[in-house]
Amino acid sequence: MTARPVRTRLLPCIALVAVAAFTVAGCGSDSDDSGSTKSSKDDKTLVVYSGREKKLVDPLYERFEEETGINLEVRYADSPEMAAQLLEEGDKSPADVFYSQDAGAIGAVEDLLSDLPAGVADQVPAEYRDDKGRWTGVTGRIRTLVYNTDELEKSDLPSGVLGVTDPKWKGKIGVAPTNASFIAFVSALRLAEGEDAAREFLEGLVANEAKIYPKNGPIVDAVAKGEVQIGLVNHYYIYEKLANDANAPVANHFFQDGDVGNLVNVSAIGILKTASHRKEAEQLVDFMVHDGQDFIVEEAPEREYPLVVSADIASNPRYKELPPLDATEGPDVDLSDLGAELEKSVQLIRESGLAT
Amino acid sequence: MLVPAIPIVYLVVRAGSAGTEAWHATLEGDLVGIAARSLLLALLVAAGTIAIAVPWAFLVVRSDLPARRVWGLVGALPLVIPSYVGALALVGAFGPRGMLQDLLEPLGVERLPEMYGFGGALVVLVLFTYPYVLLLVAAAWRRTDVSLERAARGMGRTPWQAFRSATLPQLRSSIVAGALLSALYAFGDFGVVSLLRVDTFTRQIYLRYGALFDREGAAILGLVLCVITFVVLLVERRVLRGDRRAAQARIAARDHGEQVALGRWKVPALVFVSVVTAFALVIPLGVLVWWLASIGADGAWADRIQAVLQSMGGSLLAAGIGALVSAVLAMPIAILLVRAPGRLPSIVETVVYSGYALPGLVAALGLTFFATRAAFWLYQSLAILVIAYVIRFLPQALGATRASLERVNPALESASRGMGLGAWGTFRRVTLPLAGPGVLAGAMLVFLTAMKELPATLILRPTGYETLATQLWAETNVSDYPEAALPALVLVAISAVPLWLLVIRPVAGIEAARATTAPPGDSGAGD
Repeated sequence: MTARPVRTRLLPCIALVAVAAFTVAGCGSDSDDSGSTKSSKDDKTLVVYSGREKKLVDPLYERFEEETGINLEVRYADSPEMAAQLLEEGDKSPADVFYSQDAGAIGAVEDLLSDLPAGVADQVPAEYRDDKGRWTGVTGRIRTLVYNTDELEKSDLPSGVLGVTDPKWKGKIGVAPTNASFIAFVSALRLAEGEDAAREFLEGLVANEAKIYPKNGPIVDAVAKGEVQIGLVNHYYIYEKLANDANAPVANHFFQDGDVGNLVNVSAIGILKTASHRKEAEQLVDFMVHDGQDFIVEEAPEREYPLVVSADIASNPRYKELPPLDATEGPDVDLSDLGAELEKSVQLIRESGLAT
Repeated sequence: MLVPAIPIVYLVVRAGSAGTEAWHATLEGDLVGIAARSLLLALLVAAGTIAIAVPWAFLVVRSDLPARRVWGLVGALPLVIPSYVGALALVGAFGPRGMLQDLLEPLGVERLPEMYGFGGALVVLVLFTYPYVLLLVAAAWRRTDVSLERAARGMGRTPWQAFRSATLPQLRSSIVAGALLSALYAFGDFGVVSLLRVDTFTRQIYLRYGALFDREGAAILGLVLCVITFVVLLVERRVLRGDRRAAQARIAARDHGEQVALGRWKVPALVFVSVVTAFALVIPLGVLVWWLASIGADGAWADRIQAVLQSMGGSLLAAGIGALVSAVLAMPIAILLVRAPGRLPSIVETVVYSGYALPGLVAALGLTFFATRAAFWLYQSLAILVIAYVIRFLPQALGATRASLERVNPALESASRGMGLGAWGTFRRVTLPLAGPGVLAGAMLVFLTAMKELPATLILRPTGYETLATQLWAETNVSDYPEAALPALVLVAISAVPLWLLVIRPVAGIEAARATTAPPGDSGAGD
């Protein structure tokens, strides 16, 4: 126990921390990264709260950074968490832009959003935008039933989503009741079929011992593994799965026309009133509904629907298995109404016992 | 010094500002069931860790187990694997359609016992927290006074009776302290229960916070969780107060007694330590390596390595600053406690130790409420992340620093002062060099724990700031386990460094010179 070993060991420790600081700061100044610290934030760095998973949207953000030279600082979390966080932050929010997984979560914070500049989202059909012009849809997706093709034939599957509460699916169905997309579906169910039908459906899932997953991706995994046979998800998750494992026994089943199970929802983007980089934020929104749409059609692995009217997917081989977005007749639900319904839907899901 | 109280104060503020309706909505429902499940899990984890750690400690301290020094070190190694990484790897090995099932399928095995759920979480938490108990109990066992046991044997007691009446009482406080540590760990754990889908308190809190649009409910539940934890801690302090004094008064034993010959128990003993090691160390690491290899050469390795280096920088920076700050803060508190004990220092000590009982998720929530209301400049900064680490892990640094100061003879300091060195000079040239190893051990321990921390890091980090823990968590969120393997393995490799300095080197040193000094390593094993 002399002084020397202490000093000789302390020095490397301090050096290590210094190197770490250097690494972080150094990487932060790279143009193509998303991991800079606050201190390295410059005037052209836009803060994005992303309710969509990094894996799915990071390439899109990178494309934007390449094209515009604007740096993005992206914070990832579930969409409802981001929405709640924005409410908690109130008028002090550091966020410039909120990109939400669904119309409900962004609708829940629409009071915090400023109007989009006129004309920017004109190419997006009105049904996929906020009535009052505060947010716009970026990509379209259809709720669907994923099933295990080893265990089931298409003819085994219910024609309407309410059919999954049939006892024959007991223990064989997976759901993600706390995921924004599921919550939005419950909102649509309540609006289209009424509170009682929605409650009965959720209680039916509980009675059927539905297996609970945190998100859509793990449901598709579980279906592929045979842990469950069917699951309620968005249509694009199987493509992510098939990209990793081309032989995974999974397929989508769309319900009959007009069924609430075919809800068309959108990922949606809006600019915060508190945004300190308005011009750059508007550029990002503009990118999402213009150049970004090509990327979604041609390159993005998950095959979501582009929303702009000019995008042509009919002749695109990547979309050959998918019905056109407007041909899958969904329920008659206005996406702008979903935000106001979010809290009540969450309440109902909790009361049913599906997520306590 | 009141910083550790901030999260709790703000939880109270946030929960208090919630209407009675919110309280009602939160507290009705299956809350009792969830509380009972969380407590049962903690209790069984504690029991499980004792069941592994006490026999193991006996084997490596007192028996003639072959290669027992090696087994003593191997027993501590699972500490380098964060429990949620362990859970992930074990699910990969034993979960539905996991590696084991693929192997067994040709033999007609279609279903394995369920990994998900209470049982799975229990096993995983025991496997990755038993080393806490083992380190404490083994260290205590080395200090036990064997003359009592000898006397008991001399009076005709059987070896078992002698152990129970003479040795066990000397080990009791270490066993309880270690088991409490793993129980608290299990009670506050977030990663394992989330991965294995067990509905516990922390999972409920995160669900409300993250998915159900209900921050008030999260604050209320967080507060309830804190209250339960504090009650448990208070009871523990009452029960063990006497024991601890006795343990402190005891000096290092020079006589460790004769080795107990295992005889025909040798093979079962070896099987026992091997099986535990297989599940807690070999299989998890094997699965991670297997996953990493399964990615193959796909051209994305440059990106992958860049990403993991950046996360590594984030981990080293945050955990490193957290460790340095903790070590620096622990020093004055420890000096007060050791050299000028009194009412105020003991209040400070209680406040500091309360941070230990605060689950990471709850600390993060409290700090978020604090920052958004009172200190927005701290919000989403590296500083608030470091504050969270310090609040939660300062007790580790304090425990180690205090223990090492207690071994510094005050007469040396007096002599130095008498010879004209001032207070600062004495501290720098006498106290610090003597207490240095303990201070470093404390800092290392904080570093090791902070590297593995997940929930507070997820919530408090600056936007875009990745650590190894958050990176691998993000990969598991999209079920991409092979991609999680690289950050996981880097995390394990880095964690091995402080563990080496903390446990393995000191223990090896003790083994080499057993009879000379009290083990410096035991102070670092957690308190």
